[in-house]
Amino acid sequence: MKKILVVMLAVIMAFAFTACGGGDEESGDGVKVGCIFIGSINDGGFTQCMNEGLEKAAEENGVELIKKENVNDGDTQASKDAATNLIDQGCTIIVGCSFGFGPALDELANSGEYDDVTFLHFSGPYQNETNMENFFGSMEEARYLSGMAAAATSESGILGYVAAYPYTEVQIGINAFTLGAQAVNPDVEVKVVYINTWGDAEVEKAAAEQLIAADCDVLTYHADSTATQLAAQEAGIYTTGWNYNNNVAGDQYITAPYWDMSAYFTPTFAAILDGSFAPTGTQPFSSYGSMASGMICIDELGPAVPEDAVEQINEVKAQMENGEFKVFSGLIRYNSGDVLCEDGQELTDEEIWKISGEVEGVTATSN
Amino acid sequence: MVAFLAACIVAGTPLVFATLGELITEKSGSMNLGVEGMMLMGAAMGFLAGLNTSSPLLALAAAAAAGAGGALIFGVLTVSLRANQVVCGLTLTIFGTGFAQFVGEPLLGSSAPSEITSFFSKVSIPVLGDIPVIGPIFFQQDVFVYLGYVVCGLAAVYMYKTRIGMNLKALGENNAAADASGINVNLYKYVHILIGGAFCGLGGAYLSLVRMPIWQENIVNGRGWIAVALVIFVAWNPIKGFFGAVLFGGLSILGLKLQAMGFGVSQYLVDMIPYVATILIVIFSTYKKRKESQPPGDLGNNYFREER
Repeated sequence: MKKILVVMLAVIMAFAFTACGGGDEESGDGVKVGCIFIGSINDGGFTQCMNEGLEKAAEENGVELIKKENVNDGDTQASKDAATNLIDQGCTIIVGCSFGFGPALDELANSGEYDDVTFLHFSGPYQNETNMENFFGSMEEARYLSGMAAAATSESGILGYVAAYPYTEVQIGINAFTLGAQAVNPDVEVKVVYINTWGDAEVEKAAAEQLIAADCDVLTYHADSTATQLAAQEAGIYTTGWNYNNNVAGDQYITAPYWDMSAYFTPTFAAILDGSFAPTGTQPFSSYGSMASGMICIDELGPAVPEDAVEQINEVKAQMENGEFKVFSGLIRYNSGDVLCEDGQELTDEEIWKISGEVEGVTATSN
Repeated sequence: MVAFLAACIVAGTPLVFATLGELITEKSGSMNLGVEGMMLMGAAMGFLAGLNTSSPLLALAAAAAAGAGGALIFGVLTVSLRANQVVCGLTLTIFGTGFAQFVGEPLLGSSAPSEITSFFSKVSIPVLGDIPVIGPIFFQQDVFVYLGYVVCGLAAVYMYKTRIGMNLKALGENNAAADASGINVNLYKYVHILIGGAFCGLGGAYLSLVRMPIWQENIVNGRGWIAVALVIFVAWNPIKGFFGAVLFGGLSILGLKLQAMGFGVSQYLVDMIPYVATILIVIFSTYKKRKESQPPGDLGNNYFREER
């Protein structure tokens, strides 16, 4: 009896295996993409924007997404476990959607064990020439446009900026916003408050309120929650959004710089599927999206932005989309007086990613 | 300056409730370190109830009940089962964080209904609100802040002027002596642990219903631990507790204020001040052997009558 059972089980298992194999070959698009997120995919911010880009790209390329949410990106082991678990589930593309996943993905990509897996990592310095690519985008373009909108809307000429950390990515945004604002109103002042955290809604709101108390009448932010928008709405002043085109401030909302990640994921997945994928090896980012590529976006302008400014903004936007407009070009000085960009010079992406400090017109007193 | 002091009250209000809750719990001799967890449970359930019922009062009730529910776990474990209080408190923090994430996951990004936000918008109290300086600071706030004034006042009267309050103090100082004098030790402990938990839940709800009425994960962000330090800082006195909470709340936004004004002071440095102050006060009160600033004598000890 036992023997018959064993034989039967063996036969069933053999069939089961062939069934699996057959399924994979028949569909042809059984490619699985493992996505590692720092937050929840409906967080109304960065993770949601990442997820929407991935969903769109997956649909167009006919690949399947397997998601891991709320992975602690400060814990390299946890990040590594999440990635290897996804690979064990059959994923051949791993997407790390936060800066902190970098070291873990880098280690796996270069371990030699996972040469048939492609690793895509948002931000961070990690890349190689075979199976790991880091991607980012020239958010300074959208920040510049939002700065123009903010300065055109402001009556006091004082703009407030709730910023996470005095760190290059954040400071690129502050500087681009300020340069855009100065293009509309050369005397504009941008007050920055660093909150020293990526996200603490209460601190963000308190920072926004202190900026409002310091006479700012248009706010913008580089932090995770929409607290700044709420503070602006409660005080009856204006605000931009950030990361995701999520207006929670009604008519007080003027626009938002945000990401359309599908502009990167759709062609990249296609390239991986047809075998033409090859990381460029460009520093600092192997793939750098822009307004021209469609990755960097600016939301529609709100009713508070004056008509003539809308025209002016759309003109610059059109130039950016053609790749004709560079935010960091011509004479630009830091507020310490040091020169950031010489007259006639145009900063390269590598130079932009070495920015450390704020440009003239910014009041910021970190540390 | 007046506007900044008013903002300090707002920043301090979640701490007012959490500190009062932990203070009442500790007065009964129980050290519940799960404040952070109870605040998160209150924040999540308060928001959930507010979202579904649009009733501010039901939202408050749900927040208090959720905090008390968390405290009940602590009570059962430490009072009835006599488990280690520190361990149970820490576990409650982890549990509460997970609970809030579980309940909050589908709520992410949803906003509290306008009935709630308008109920908790700023209201000036007639006459009191018109007093110069003091009016704008204390009496042009939202209803929740006023509730904070009331409960702090009531707690002070309860603890210092009523017989039950005296019994509570006796219990915290010496479980066995209180038992011998006819105080129902377990009943007193349970009641005050639950009341304490309810206040912690309300502290969390202030963040999710009033300050940031769009649900976020980890909205409490360490404020529960500040409340634990505050209880020591204010020497177990509810009135001092109110002002201590406002002071700590104010310090948490002082760095932001200075930056907005253009003064360069490190936020990290400012963030350290409350803790340095707490340590100094502990050293000072130990050194001076001031009786009224000492913790309840039997704080942290479980009581088992047969072990006397």
